[in-house]
Amino acid sequence: MKNSMKILIMVLVLLAIPIVILAQTEEPKEKVITINAQQFSYTPGTVEVNRGDRVTIRLISTDVHHGLYIDGYEVSTDARPGQDGSLTFVANNTGKFVMRCSVTCGPFHPYMIGYLKVKPDYRLFGSIWLAVGIFIGSILLVIRRQKP
Amino acid sequence: MTEKILGLIPVDWRFELTSLPYVRKIIKSRWMPFLPIVLNLSVFTIILMAGFVGGVSAGNYNFGIMFVWIVWWLLLMMVMVPFFSRIWCMICPLPAFGEWLQRLGFMKVRNKLFGLNKKWPKALKNMWLVNFLFLGTTYTTGFLTTRPIATFILLMSIIIGSIVLMAVFEKRNFCKYIGCPVGGFLGLYSNMAVTEIRAKDPQICKDHKHKDCVIGNEKGHACPWMILPFDIGRNTYCGMCLECFKTCPYDNMAINLRPPATDLLVDKNRGLDEAWKAFIMLGIAIFFFLIMQGNMGFLKDWANAKTTEGYLTFVVLHSIFNLLLIPGVFFVFVYASRTLGNKEIPLKKLFTNFSYTLVPMGLIAWIAFSFGILFPNSSYVLHVISDPFAWGWDLFGTAHFPWTPFLTGVMPYFQIGTLLFGLVLSLDIGFKISKQTFQKRDEAVRGFIPIAAFLTAVTIFLIWLFTG
Repeated sequence: MKNSMKILIMVLVLLAIPIVILAQTEEPKEKVITINAQQFSYTPGTVEVNRGDRVTIRLISTDVHHGLYIDGYEVSTDARPGQDGSLTFVANNTGKFVMRCSVTCGPFHPYMIGYLKVKPDYRLFGSIWLAVGIFIGSILLVIRRQKP
Repeated sequence: MTEKILGLIPVDWRFELTSLPYVRKIIKSRWMPFLPIVLNLSVFTIILMAGFVGGVSAGNYNFGIMFVWIVWWLLLMMVMVPFFSRIWCMICPLPAFGEWLQRLGFMKVRNKLFGLNKKWPKALKNMWLVNFLFLGTTYTTGFLTTRPIATFILLMSIIIGSIVLMAVFEKRNFCKYIGCPVGGFLGLYSNMAVTEIRAKDPQICKDHKHKDCVIGNEKGHACPWMILPFDIGRNTYCGMCLECFKTCPYDNMAINLRPPATDLLVDKNRGLDEAWKAFIMLGIAIFFFLIMQGNMGFLKDWANAKTTEGYLTFVVLHSIFNLLLIPGVFFVFVYASRTLGNKEIPLKKLFTNFSYTLVPMGLIAWIAFSFGILFPNSSYVLHVISDPFAWGWDLFGTAHFPWTPFLTGVMPYFQIGTLLFGLVLSLDIGFKISKQTFQKRDEAVRGFIPIAAFLTAVTIFLIWLFTG
């Protein structure tokens, strides 16, 4: 029992090391990103920034009226052809955030989605760490129960 | 010693909900489930009208689209199936016309049914047909969930199909084996439910030779789902029509509360048809996510049939992914399990048995997926209830309620928590199945490791896909 627990703790600590390494971030910067909106996707589909970056998104529509709303940051803008939109925010929250079209633009409008990724993604690393921990824990548990 | 689900609740723990007198009285009334079906039918009438009137307009402001693919789908996956088994089948209005035609009435009992009453071929008494039917339906997801007229056509096809086929084949063969696209997964996932319909005392049924629940009597119909109500091993094919409560002269039927996923441990009637249903459901959850919540525009164009080549590519890839790739990868892990555990165990048995570990994983994946629909899109519902036909009405003063996503910032945490819970439950069920399948405990432990690795890998993949 004690050995199993020791192994589990050691494995979890070892798994945590890459998370700590990956969590090292760059200095915050000013970033200006242009996103093209066209039925029913954004280009680029994924925008990557670092925590603390001051991000300005310029939204250009090449067909109809589109919007852009960012989950978690709750900021939005919209654009029509020839009439660009813009929004600025400081990327303080880390992880993946969905960017959604906020103006009904056609049948696939609810599915018009892009991603904002703010690194480092502690949430993802932590979740994977937990899943692996559950796996190891379950194996140790069934092995431990096997012993008389 | 009795096994426990998650080490907490004994597998054989039950609380009889129908021991509450009012519950039993309601269940035994012939108004149940007629009344909820009629109420449901009135909602579906609005859905059909909205679907027809809405035509090809944007679906997010259409009552039909919102109530079928947001309200109904979320209720189905997040509430009905995990908590109430196949309660949807109890109140589903779509086959009601066919059933009323068979009975030549609404509530009266008539055990000699109208129609040809043909038997369904024995070789097709499984989930294969509905597996392909459901997969085929998902090829049109790009239209069904975005164009009101497509939803109208689907629902009308089911209604008309049920009337025709129920006039030909006896009882609920239509729902069980032929024409309901969702019947298969409702059956498989209802094994996860925390409720069940079972006989209270099997000995009473054993001593009772007449079997009113099977042949019917003046108080109720013979089981429309053609199962043996006195010997329901799993929820899979029990449509919860409640007829057995009416026919049983000994009041021996019960609705029980129970631990989740207990049916997955029933080592009887497992089959490859259900295994593939589990693969297909997991694969569709992934593909639907990519289309509806992913950032790849080309995939949306494919599903939206922007070009014929793109659409056909989508159909082919979707089919290969669900029918071959997922089962193929799973097979590799099952092979490893057999190699580590016991090479004398038939591979087919191992493959089939372990495929049931994907039932909790699949249902949980769908629940996590559904959060991504619920939080961003449910505010549309407020709009459509006030103006269901887009005729400029404002019935409840919410017709101009703006699109308002809520809790989307914390949504990933709901998804991650749900998926990790799913992993824990799948691992728990997985080891119990391993013990059933292998003869010795040490073999079961060794054989469990590759399956646990597979389940963990799937969970990490889903966490990455949904939130990373």
